[in-house]
Parts: sequence; structure tokens; C-alpha cells
Amino acid sequence: MTLPEPGQFPYTRGIHQNMYRSRLWTMRQFSGFSTPEETNRRYRYLLEQGQTGLSVAFDLPTLMGYDADHGLAHGEVGKCGAPVSSLEDMEMLFDGIPLDKVSVSMTINSPAAVIWAMYLAVAQQQGASFAQVSGTLQNDILKEYIAQKEYIFPPRASMRLVTDTIEFATKQTPRFNPISISGYHIREAGSTALQELAFTLRDGLEYVDWALERGLAIDDFAPRLSFFFNAHNDFCEEIAKYRAARKLWALLMRDRYGARDERSWRLRFHAQTAGCSLTWQQPYNNVVRTSLQAMAAVLGGAQSLHTNSLDEAWALPSEYAATLALRTQQVIAFESGVTAVPDPFGGSDYLERLTLDLESGARDYIRRIDDMGGMIAAIERGFPQAEIARASYEYQRKVEQGEAVIVGVNRYRAGKEESIETLRIDQSAQDRQTEKLRQLRKRRNNGEVERTLNVLRREAAVNGRESDHNLMPPLLDAVRAYATLGEICGALREVFGTYEERPNI
Amino acid sequence: MSFPIRVLVAKPGLDGHDRGARIIARALRDAGMEVIYTGLRQTPEMIVNAALQEDVQVIGLSILSGAHNAIVPRVLELLREKEMAGVKVIVGGIIPDEDARDLERQGVAAVFQPGASLETIVSAVRQAAEHSTQPAVK
Repeated sequence: MTLPEPGQFPYTRGIHQNMYRSRLWTMRQFSGFSTPEETNRRYRYLLEQGQTGLSVAFDLPTLMGYDADHGLAHGEVGKCGAPVSSLEDMEMLFDGIPLDKVSVSMTINSPAAVIWAMYLAVAQQQGASFAQVSGTLQNDILKEYIAQKEYIFPPRASMRLVTDTIEFATKQTPRFNPISISGYHIREAGSTALQELAFTLRDGLEYVDWALERGLAIDDFAPRLSFFFNAHNDFCEEIAKYRAARKLWALLMRDRYGARDERSWRLRFHAQTAGCSLTWQQPYNNVVRTSLQAMAAVLGGAQSLHTNSLDEAWALPSEYAATLALRTQQVIAFESGVTAVPDPFGGSDYLERLTLDLESGARDYIRRIDDMGGMIAAIERGFPQAEIARASYEYQRKVEQGEAVIVGVNRYRAGKEESIETLRIDQSAQDRQTEKLRQLRKRRNNGEVERTLNVLRREAAVNGRESDHNLMPPLLDAVRAYATLGEICGALREVFGTYEERPNI
Repeated sequence: MSFPIRVLVAKPGLDGHDRGARIIARALRDAGMEVIYTGLRQTPEMIVNAALQEDVQVIGLSILSGAHNAIVPRVLELLREKEMAGVKVIVGGIIPDEDARDLERQGVAAVFQPGASLETIVSAVRQAAEHSTQPAVK
């Protein structure tokens, strides 16, 4: 079998002929903490240091659709990311950052449509048009049910919201990726590389099916579907995983859906080094792990990359550690020479074998999930969750028995652990955010807030399969009236209900 | 004959990352204990109520989000209020050293940080159950 050239269908060797010779990957470090103001300062700093795109981390209350002053937010505000409870917070977050020029990725899922509405409203305030804004919304709810478990609504209501954003993006924001179909979190939850690959692609097919059912044409939206993979420790297997993903997706788009536009066939992906591989012990070893993982992502043809910081098994990164992580990418990009040719190891027996094995293993999984009736049915019967839990437990047993080695943890332990300076977020972030919300609720036109929330409730209650009831326009109206994230998600909870997983071991 | 140790594994707070909690729950079960896993997003009130109903000797809390200083003291306080101070609490997760010492001073039986082996955790739960003054079965 001859291998197609890079840039040729099915793109096993890369989606572009020249790859990084024409254009480097986007260096996009995920960050957010404490308050929108603090996070804005970090963004400006990262842009000054040569970072080429932004990536917003939101805190847990925001991810779960609660305002900073909600009881369940107690102790969590600003801890894992930036709190955004209203349009006012979003305005602060991007103060002085031109959204017609800087592309922004947002890691938000259940309330993604609401947060995106806030983002678009701020871009418009700055004078940018919908046609100019570029970036990516994570918006991948299926992997939440499968792995990361940050869900609010039941699966079908969530899928309606996702489909609303895909439809809105297709028609209004041609440079924005409305979804980043993510294997990253599946892998972090303990899956194998094969499971990450298979479940992610099968999730992608589910989104395609829903968009088609909405009446969109495959070649109108498929070019804007993007992916997000983990970059884990097994160097060659990771490179093979990205190659197999590109090949399979191209074939599925062409043969299963009849896509004709080449852009629909090309799988574009962001990669992040494996957070779960970082160790608390001997933290400087993490720099080495991250370098190797990042190198695999680059050799695998990533379009954008996040490199983790050495202190992230302990806390959100300090500025020093975040800078070193960015420097790691810059050394690979400008010193290592691996950017000279696409897929430099393509054709190696081992790499090609691994690629084929992953491809056929993923096809098996996809067939099994098809037979169950699709990914939602598979999730409802707990199939991907159980597969991941088993893999994760097996791996832990291997670590326990020393079969899987973690340097500095179960082998080559240090007598005395060195301690490092880490970032601490105190309670004052919560106090400040709560006070801002109190003033906002007093200042805004509360009649208008009620009116827009009522429209939203009414539209949400209509069968969401009809595109004249897309929820993006009423969401834009609600956020512009400064209805808060918690109020909007509360209204949607009333209509959609909430989801809870049956706890099992 | 002796009754098996009963332990509640709980995931408080808003975080959904349950890989650790589920691995621990499985390991404790494989070690012969009766394990009740609460599932996600449990408030301190829900956790203490579950502990009461399930009649456990040990509660294991998994917290990765940095919210431990808000959550754990509240669980301890509720246990005292309900006269269940005999139930031992063990915490695992991303807990900085100084917070870990602080939680232990407040009455937590043990704190496990990333990289702790399953073996040490299982034996700590066993030891905590021995020291628990909560009867295994009423």
C-alpha cells in the first residue's frame, strides 16, 4: 500500500501539504483564575510573551451554570478558572483585547450557548461583526456524560442546545468553531488511547446526525467541526492516534455522509498534554513529560497546542510555570527542526502498524455503538463510562504492582521532596464577585430581564427540532439585558429538567 | 464473626472528576469492605445524612477543586451536631501540605495527596474503622 502525501485524502499524514512550513500551530495556553480582572491581566501578559491565541478556563460554578453568589458556589469561585456570571464579567475578561483579531477558545459545555451569547455580545460592543469573530467553543456535551461529568440538562435537551449553536455558527459566524469534539477528558478519566479515539469520533458522528436532522447540509457545517485530543505519554501511539483520527474522519465524512467539500473531510485538532500524567512528586519531571507529549502532538500534526505547567498537579499554574510551559512550545517550534517536514516518521513500519491497529479498533467500537442505537443510547446504558472505568482501574493496578512505571512516584523516589511556590486563590475573589452581582442586580432594568427570560422559557419549551426556534437569538437578548448565567440556566432548568447519573462503582 | 467495614465514598462540591473516587471505591470493595458511593455533587448535609442512613464507620471525601477548606470543616461540624463524631473522615485529593495538617488538626483521620498508593489508603481506612466508635451494625 502506498501512503498518500500530506495534504491528500484521507490526510493520514496531515491536512496540509506543507504543514508547519506554511504556518505554525497556534500556541494557545488555557488559563483563567480568581476574577475576570485578574484573568484579563494574565491574558495580556501571555499575548505579550508571544502566545498567539487565548483559551478561557471558567470556574466550576460557571461550568455548572451557577452565579458566584449561589449557595453551591461557596468555596469554588475563581478556584479552577475565571468566574463569569454576567455580561459585565465577560466585558472585564476581554477589556482591551480586540476580539476581531484575537481568536479565543472557551472551555465551556453545559452552559456553552449562554457563554457564547455573552462573548458575541461583547465582541459587538467592541465593534466587531459576527463575521469577524474567530475562535472555538468546546460545547461537547456528550463527553461530559461519558467522562468529565459536568452536565446540567438531560442529554436530548443538551443536544438541542448544541445543535442550536452549530446552526447559528453555520449561518452567522463563519470563522467560529461552534464545537470542539473532545477526547481529552475521556483520556483524563482513564481511557486507553483507542477508547479516546473511538468515543470521540463516535461523538462527532452524533453531532453530525443531529445537525443533518435540523436540516443543515453536511458541507455547510462539517468544515467548522473541530477536535481536541490528549497528548499522553506513549510517544509513538499518540502520533498514530492523530493519524488514525484524520484518516477515519475523512473516510466517515465522505462515505457515511457523502460530504463533497474537502474541508469537511479534514479533521483539525487542538491538543493538550496529559494533565493526569503530571506528578505531585518531583514536579520538575513534569517539564520533561510535557515536552515529550507536546512533541508527539506536533509530530502528529496538531493545529493548536496547550502545554501544561510543571506545578499543575498542585494548583493552577503560577506565572513563572505558565511562561515555562509556553517556552516549551517555542523551543519545539523554533529550535528542534521538526517543523521542516510534515509527518517525518510516516512510513515507519511501527508507526504505520499502530495507525492501522487503532483505526480498526476504533471501527469496531463505532460499530458497537451504532448497534446500540447511537451514542446517547450507549451513554444511557453506561457503556462508554464502564469501558473507561475498567481501563482506569486496570491501569491503577499496574501502577500499584509496579508494572506501569511513574518516575518519582513508584520508582526512583526522592528521599526528600522539593517544594515549589504555587498559586493560591483566596476567598476574596468570591466576596468581590458577589458584591459585583449585588450591584448589577440593583442597577439593571429588571423588567427587561424578566421579559427576556420569559421569551427564553417559551422558546425553549417549543420542540427544538424546528430551526425557527433556535435559542441563540433569545439568549443574546437575555445576556444583553444583563440577565445572569444563573438566572438563564435556572430558566432552562425549569423547562428542560436536570440530569443525574446513577452512581455505580 | 466480624462484620465487614462499611465506608461511604463521597464526591462533594461541583467538580465532576470522579476517576479517583471510583478507583478508591473499587479498591475498598476489592479489599472486602462494603462501599457506598454517593455519586456526584453532594452537599455536606447530603453526605452526613447518607452516612447516618448507611451506618458507616468511615467517610472518604474526594476533592480536587480546591474547595476543601469550605467543605470538610462543614462535614465535621455536621457529624458533631448529629452526635456522629465517632465516624472517621478521610480526605483525598489536591490538598496542599499546610491545608492537610490543618484538616487533620480539625479532626480528619488522614489526608491523601496525589500519588498515594491504594495499599496505604486501604489500610488507613481499615485503621480508621477500628478506631471508629460507630458500631458496624445497630
